[in-house]
Amino acid sequence: MCTDCGCPPPEQHHHGHQHDPKHGSRHHDHDHLDRGNVGADTRTVRIEEDLLAKNNRLAAANRELFRRHQLLVLNLVSSPGSGKTSILERTLADLKEDLAFAVLEGDQQTAHDAERIAATGVPVQQINTGAGCHLDAHMVGHGVEHFDLAHTAVLFIENVGNLVCPAAFDLGEECKVAVLSVTEGEDKPVKYPQMFRAAEVLLINKIDLLPHLRFDLEKCKAYARQVHPGIRIFELSCHSGAGMAAWYDWLREGVQKKKI
Amino acid sequence: MTFLRRLISLAAGARSVGVSGMHELGITQSIIDIAGRNAAAQGATRVLSVTVEIGLLSGIVPDAVEFCYDACAAGTLLAGSRLIVRAIPGRGRCGDCGGECPLDPYTFACPACGALTLERLAGEELRVIELEIP
Ligand SMILES: Nc1nc2c(ncn2[C@@H]2O[C@H](COP(=O)(O)OP(=O)(O)O)[C@@H](O)[C@H]2O)c(=O)[nH]1
Ligand SMILES: [Mg+2]
Ligand SMILES: [Zn+2]
Ligand SMILES: [Zn+2]
Ligand SMILES: [Zn+2]
Repeated sequence: MCTDCGCPPPEQHHHGHQHDPKHGSRHHDHDHLDRGNVGADTRTVRIEEDLLAKNNRLAAANRELFRRHQLLVLNLVSSPGSGKTSILERTLADLKEDLAFAVLEGDQQTAHDAERIAATGVPVQQINTGAGCHLDAHMVGHGVEHFDLAHTAVLFIENVGNLVCPAAFDLGEECKVAVLSVTEGEDKPVKYPQMFRAAEVLLINKIDLLPHLRFDLEKCKAYARQVHPGIRIFELSCHSGAGMAAWYDWLREGVQKKKI
Repeated sequence: MTFLRRLISLAAGARSVGVSGMHELGITQSIIDIAGRNAAAQGATRVLSVTVEIGLLSGIVPDAVEFCYDACAAGTLLAGSRLIVRAIPGRGRCGDCGGECPLDPYTFACPACGALTLERLAGEELRVIELEIP
């Protein structure tokens, strides 16, 4: 099968979607290329190409693949340590009898998180980004080659722990789910507005710790809504289980909507 | 993967530019890829300058891109070329009162009426605009 990225498919010969450079540029979106101005002895070539165009094209291909399989895909983003992996572990353990899950784990180095997910028995694929600070649509497109998508209902993507750049990279997901724990500042939404604007859902995690902290939950929610008026907020603790039921209902509802 | 090696060797330096320094490395690499492909299509053997637009709401720090540029360009058609950054200020329009206003990443409310319904008109650009070749 020809993949959209131009990489040779696994175990098959590459049968060339790489364009010859002379044609390549015309093939894409710059018919203004030849409008070059001739200066003294230099030429200006108009390009006007979006830096994220390649990622967005591959994200659209992923989205189409996910649509075909009626798959609910959620991209989990947060600072390191907010509890993305813990929320996944708990959610998978509680719901895996009802829903078929798969998990892509983005991590800079280790496979620790993937091992934690594997322990739940749910299919997991590790993407090591090395020095890279975010997942991109290309990595995800290859990551899901390892799953039986036709028999999967929900794909979770745990992004690299970073509230800055995963905001800019569409992976083809249904939506981004931001996780913020009560041990962080309640003003994170206004400090990292790009991310909280990009996320449709906010999970405020570790509420079991509230009695020990001075975290102002209402203020945190107000900040989040200031940045993103329609954001959906769940308060929960994956340790105590408080608030998890509402999140599960939202997940089930999302899966149902995909089937229509 | 020469890019990966370059990325790792640059990591320490880029970090000093700011939290998102690593990220600009990837963006800078995209600039090199797009400009290099277009320069090659024109039959150019070298490039004098590359002009990019970076919106100030894009989350990309122009200084960090400039910091990475020479190292990313080394060994490519772009080696020795000059990066020209046009920074595009943010502008928004209020969904309630219709007024337009300047936006920075931390502007959430319309300065005229206080509504949180600002639509972004400019400032999210991340584009390679043009090349100058001999
Ligand atoms: N008290 C408490 N600790 C939690 C909760 N969720 C996660 N943690 C702890 O927070 C730490 C980081 O969690 P992890 O899931 O690895 O975060 P990630 O980096 O976002 O994947 C771990 O020590 C977890 O045990 C919670 O609901 N309550
Ligand atoms: Mg984790
Ligand atoms: Zn590929
Ligand atoms: Zn990044
Ligand atoms: Zn207004």
